[in-house]
Amino acid sequence: MAELAAIVLVIGLTAYAVLGGADFGAGFWDLTAGGAERGSRVRGMVKRSMGPVWEANHVWLIFVLVVMWTCFPPAFAAIMETLYVPIFLAGVGIILRGAAFALRGEAGTIGEARALGGIFALSSVVTPFFLGATIGAVASGQVPVGEAGPPFESWTGAVSILAGVTAIATGAFLAAVFMAADSVRAGLPDLVNAFRTRALGAGLAAGALAIGGLLVVRADVPDLFDGLTEGAGLAAVAVSGLAGVASMGLVATSRFGPARLTAAIAVGAILVGMAVAQSPDFLPGELTFADAAAGHSTLVASMIGVAVGLAIILPSLALLFRLTLAGRLDPDFHPIGAAEEDAR
Amino acid sequence: MGIAMQEYLLEARQMQALSLGVHIPLVCFGIAFPAMVLFAEGLWLRTGDPAYKALAKRWSRVMLILFAIGVVTGTILSFELGLLWPRFMEEWGEVFGFAFALEGVSFFVEAIFITIYVYGWDRLSPRAHLMSGIPIVISGFTGAAFVISVNGWMNNPSGFDVVGGEVTNVKPLAALFNSNVWHELIHMYLAGFLVAGFLVAGVYAVSALRGRRGTYYRAGLVIPLAFVALAAPAQMVVGDWAARTIAKEQPIKLAALEGLDETTNGAGLTVGGVYVDGRVYGGIEVPRMLSILAFHDPDAEVQGLDTVPKEDRPPVAIVRNSFQVMVGIGTFLAAVGAWFLWARIRRGEIPGSKWFLRAVVAAGPLAVVALIAGWITTEVGRQPWIVYEFMRTEDAVTGADGIPVGYATLAVVYVGLAAAAFVLLRRIAREGPEEELRKGVDGLEALP
Repeated sequence: MAELAAIVLVIGLTAYAVLGGADFGAGFWDLTAGGAERGSRVRGMVKRSMGPVWEANHVWLIFVLVVMWTCFPPAFAAIMETLYVPIFLAGVGIILRGAAFALRGEAGTIGEARALGGIFALSSVVTPFFLGATIGAVASGQVPVGEAGPPFESWTGAVSILAGVTAIATGAFLAAVFMAADSVRAGLPDLVNAFRTRALGAGLAAGALAIGGLLVVRADVPDLFDGLTEGAGLAAVAVSGLAGVASMGLVATSRFGPARLTAAIAVGAILVGMAVAQSPDFLPGELTFADAAAGHSTLVASMIGVAVGLAIILPSLALLFRLTLAGRLDPDFHPIGAAEEDAR
Repeated sequence: MGIAMQEYLLEARQMQALSLGVHIPLVCFGIAFPAMVLFAEGLWLRTGDPAYKALAKRWSRVMLILFAIGVVTGTILSFELGLLWPRFMEEWGEVFGFAFALEGVSFFVEAIFITIYVYGWDRLSPRAHLMSGIPIVISGFTGAAFVISVNGWMNNPSGFDVVGGEVTNVKPLAALFNSNVWHELIHMYLAGFLVAGFLVAGVYAVSALRGRRGTYYRAGLVIPLAFVALAAPAQMVVGDWAARTIAKEQPIKLAALEGLDETTNGAGLTVGGVYVDGRVYGGIEVPRMLSILAFHDPDAEVQGLDTVPKEDRPPVAIVRNSFQVMVGIGTFLAAVGAWFLWARIRRGEIPGSKWFLRAVVAAGPLAVVALIAGWITTEVGRQPWIVYEFMRTEDAVTGADGIPVGYATLAVVYVGLAAAAFVLLRRIAREGPEEELRKGVDGLEALP
C-alpha cells in the first residue's frame, strides 16, 4: 500500500511539474518579452493561454502536499523543517504570482498593469526555482531525520541550484510549446513563430541543463547517479531524452499538437526517473517510503479517497481541457502593454 | 525528533492566525457567491432581462478574482502546517489527513468548474452554462466540510488510540466524522453567506444611497439580502447548538467564553461588558441563563476554569471578548435581516429608509469582524492545546529560526495584496452594468 501511495505522490508531482510548470514558464516569457510595445503581443498570449487553466493546474500542488502529509507524515515534517527557507519563499512567490495575475486583468492604467505584470512575471521565475531547489535538496540527501539540517547549506548545493534552474527551463520550454499551439488555434502567425523560436531555445537550454545535471549528480550524489543509469531509472532518462529530441523535431517542423505530448513526456520522465532512482528511499540515506508511511488504515482510506476523487476529477479535467483545446473557453486576444489603453 | 526550543511561539501562532484571517473571508465567497451568481443568472434565463445577466456576469468576474486569491492564500496555509507545526503534522497527519485528501478533491472540482463557468459566458449554451455552475456550489460546501472536519477534530480528537505515547489504531473515518463536524460546518456555512451576502449587498446599498436606480442595482441589493435574511436567524439557532456541544465536549472553553472562574450550579450569564483581569466590567447579569443555554436546565452545574491547572486554561480575556463581539454583531446582523424580511413581507418592498441602507453598508465589514472573532473564540479557546488534551501547541511548533522574518514578510505581502484588491474591486464596482454586456469576462472589450 505504501508503494501505491508513493506512486500516487509521484504522479501528482509529475502532473504539477508539467502543468503547473508550464504556467510558471508562461510567466518567464512574460518577463522576457521585452519593452511594453514590443512585448505586448506575447504578454497578451500568455494571459489568454494561462487564464482558463492555471487554477486547476495549481491544485496538483495541493494534491502533492496532502498526499505527502497524510501518507508520509514524518517525511513531510522533516522536509519542512530543513527546507523551510526555499519552501516559504516559494509560497510567497505563489501568492504574488496568482494574485498579480488575477488582478492584472482589472488594471486600469498602464502603470498598474506594469506593476502587476512585473510582479507576476518575476514571481513566476522565482517560484519554480525554489520548488526545484527543494526537490534537488531532497534528491541529493540533504534532509536528515531527527535533527533539522542547516537552513541555507541544505539547498544551495550544486544539485539543488541546478534543479532550480532546470525547473525554470523546463517550464519555459513547455509553455513555449503549448503557446505555439495556442497561437496556431488563435490564428496569430507572428506569435506562432515567436513561440516556436522560444520553444527551440528553451528546449536546447533544458536539454543542456539535464545533461549537465547528470554530470553534477555523478560527482555529487553517486547513489542517485547509479539509480539514474541502471534499470528503470535509465529507462526514464532514455524516454525523457528521446521525447525531448522528438519534441524539438516536431517544433522545428511546426507540428505543435503532437509536440505538446512529447514535451510533457520529456519533462515528466525526469521526475519519474528521479523518484525511481532514489527509491526505496524517500529521503535518501535517511528514510524509506515504507518507513515513512502512515498506518495501513490511513493509506487504504487515502487511496480509496484518491480513487473516488480521480473518478470525479479526471472526467472534469477532460471536459476542461477539451473545451479549452476546442477553443470554447478562449478569451479574446488582447496585446497587453502599450497598446492596452486603446483597447480599453 | 529532538525537541528544539522555539523562542517565537507567539509569533508563529500570530503568523498562522494572520494567514487564516486573510483566507477565511475569501472562503466565505467560495461558499456563498456561486449560489448568488447562479440565482441572478437563473433570473436572467427566466425573465430575459439583460440587467440580471449583467449582474451575474459582473459577479462571476469578481468571484474568479476572489477565488484566485483564495487559491494562493490557501496554498500558503498548507505550507504553514508543515513550516510552523511539523511535530503536529508528523504525529497526527495520518489521523486527520484523510479529510484534507477529500478537501483536495473538492478544491479540484471547484477550480475546474469555476473556470468553465466564468470563461464559458456567451460561449456555452445558456443551459449548459448554468449547469456548469452547480458543481461550484456543491464543491464549495464539501470543501468547507472537510476543512471544518479537521478543525473539529483538533477541538475534539477521535479515531485513534495512544499506546505507550505512540498514536496507533487509526480510524480515519471516525476522525473525519468527529462530534464537532456538523455544528461547526453549518455555523461556518451560514457565516459564509452572511459575510459574502452583506459585503455584496453593501456595494449596492452604497449605489442606492448615491441615487442609482434600476433593475440591476435593485437586484444586486435584493438577491444577497434574501440569502442573508434566511441565514442570520438560522445562525442564532446553530450558535446555540454549538454552545451546547462545547459545554459537553470542551467545558473549559465554555468557562472561558463566559469568564466563569468557579464551578457553579445555576450559573448566570453576563451579557456584554469587557473582561479585564478576571472581572467583567459593564455587562448585564442574567441569573441562571448560562445553565439554561448550555444544558437547557436552570440548575445545571457549569464547570469553572478552576477545575484545571492554570497552564491548561486558555487566555480568558481574548476568548470571552471575541465571543461577545461575535454574538453582539451576530444579533445586529439578524436584526438587519429581520428588518428586510419584515418590509418585504408586509409591504412587498425593500425598506426605503436611508438608515436601512446604511445598516447594510455597515453590516458587511461587521460580518467580517464577527467571522474572525468567532474563529478567535474557537481557536484561542482551544489553547494551550493544538490537539485538544493530547498535544500542546508549544510541543508542535517548529524549531526553525526566522519566524519573525517570515511573519513580517507575509504581513507586508498581505497588506499590499489587500490594498491592490480593494482598489481594483472598487473600480469594477464603479463601472455601469452596460459595460458588462459589452465586455469579455477578462474585463476587456471584444475587438471587432
